[in-house]
Amino acid sequence: MCTVCGCGDAKLEGHQHHHHDHGYHHHPHHGDIHFGHGPAGVAVPGMSQERLIEIETDILAKNDRYALENRKRLASLGAFAVNLVSSPGSGKTTLLCKTIEHLAQTPLAVIEGDQQTANDADRIRATGAPAIQVNTGKGCHLDGHMVGHAMEHLDLAHGSFLFIENVGNLVCPAAFDLGEDCKIAILSVTEGEDKPLKYPDMFTAARLAILNKVDLAPYCDVDLDLYETNLRRVNPAIDILRVSARTGEGMAAWISWLNARRAEKILQRAAE
Amino acid sequence: MHEMSLCEGIRSVIEGATDRKVTRVRLEIGRFAGVEKNALEFAFDVVMRGSVAEGADLVFIDLPGHALCYDCVKEVEIMNRLDPCPTCGGGRLMPQGGDEMRIKDLEVI
Ligand SMILES: Nc1nc2c(ncn2[C@@H]2O[C@H](COP(=O)(O)OP(=O)(O)O)[C@@H](O)[C@H]2O)c(=O)[nH]1
Ligand SMILES: [Mg+2]
Ligand SMILES: [Zn+2]
Repeated sequence: MCTVCGCGDAKLEGHQHHHHDHGYHHHPHHGDIHFGHGPAGVAVPGMSQERLIEIETDILAKNDRYALENRKRLASLGAFAVNLVSSPGSGKTTLLCKTIEHLAQTPLAVIEGDQQTANDADRIRATGAPAIQVNTGKGCHLDGHMVGHAMEHLDLAHGSFLFIENVGNLVCPAAFDLGEDCKIAILSVTEGEDKPLKYPDMFTAARLAILNKVDLAPYCDVDLDLYETNLRRVNPAIDILRVSARTGEGMAAWISWLNARRAEKILQRAAE
Repeated sequence: MHEMSLCEGIRSVIEGATDRKVTRVRLEIGRFAGVEKNALEFAFDVVMRGSVAEGADLVFIDLPGHALCYDCVKEVEIMNRLDPCPTCGGGRLMPQGGDEMRIKDLEVI
C-alpha cells in the first residue's frame, strides 16, 4: 500500500487490470515495473483569491515526500539502503553480483533501474538474491515513487541491505532522493580522471566513491591518485575505495565499509 | 536531462495551488542546482500545455552558491562549483546550499 500516493494495493499480479493514474504498470514476469507509458497524473485544484499566490515549495517536494516515506519504512526495518549511481558500464551490476556473494550471511535485496530490459534484475536473481527491475521508459533516473512501489514487492527482512542500482547517468539521479541512507558513486578507471570535475554534483552527493576496474589501470595510463584528488576537490568528505569487481581486489574493504555503515545505523536507532 | 521531471513537479504544485489562470511562475534556482535554464524553459512550455499555466511566463531568481572551505574552515560564497576558496585559495570546498529549486510564487488572473 502506497501511503503517500494512495494508489492502492500494489500487488504484483492484478495491478495491470485496473486503471492507474501514475502512468506505470507491471510486467507480468517477476513483477518488474514499467514507468513512462501512461497518462499524466491528475491533481485536485485548490482555490485562492489573491493575484499573487505565495508558493515557496520545492519543485521536488512530491518526490521528497515519497523519499521520506521510504526512509521511514527502511528505518522501521532497520534496513540500510544504498543508491548506486554512475555512468552506464562502470560495473554497478557486476559489483553487486560480487557483493552478494560476499554478503552470503546477510539478508539483502536489489532494485534495478534501467530505461529498458530486465537484464540486470535477471543477473542479480541468478545469484539467488531477490531483485526487482524498474524500467523508467524515457526517464533518466529513479524517483522516490518508483522505489516505494518496488520496495513493496521485495518483502525486506529486518536488518537487510537494500541495494538500488540507479539508471546509468552521471547527472540526473543526483537530484532525486530515493529515501536511501547514502549515495555511492561508481567510477571506473577507464572513464578519465577529470570526470568528478565535469560532473561534480553526483560526486558531491555521494558518501563513498568506488574506483572500479583497477585491474585495468596498468593498461590505460591512469593516475589513480589524481582520481582521488579530483574527487576530494568536489567533495572533501568523500570516502574512496579502489576495487576490482573482476579480480576481487578491494572487495574486503568494501564489504567492511558496508557493514560499518549498517552497524552505525543500528547504533543510531538504539540511541534514539 | 531531468528538466521534464522538474516541470512535471512544477505542474503538480501549480495544480494543487490554484485553478485560476496562471500568467507568471517565479522559480528560485540555486547556482549549484545543476539546472539547465534553457532546457527548463523548453520543457516548461511543453509540460504546461493543457494546464492552468499554459503559456505562462517563467521567471528565474538566482540564488547564490555557498561552500565550506575544508582548509580555512570559513563559509564562503563562490560563483562556480570549481572556484578556489576566495579567502585562502584552497581547493577543497563542500557546497552548503545553492542547490535550491523552489517555486516562489504564481501570478494569476
Ligand atoms: N576489467 C574489469 N571489467 C569490469 C569490472 N567491473 C565490471 N566490468 C565489466 O564492465 C562491463 C559493464 O559492467 P556492468 O556491471 O554491466 O556495468 P553497469 O552498467 O554499471 O551495471 C561488463 O563487461 C563487466 O564485465 C572490473 O572490475 N574490471
Ligand atoms: Mg547495470
Ligand atoms: Zn579557505
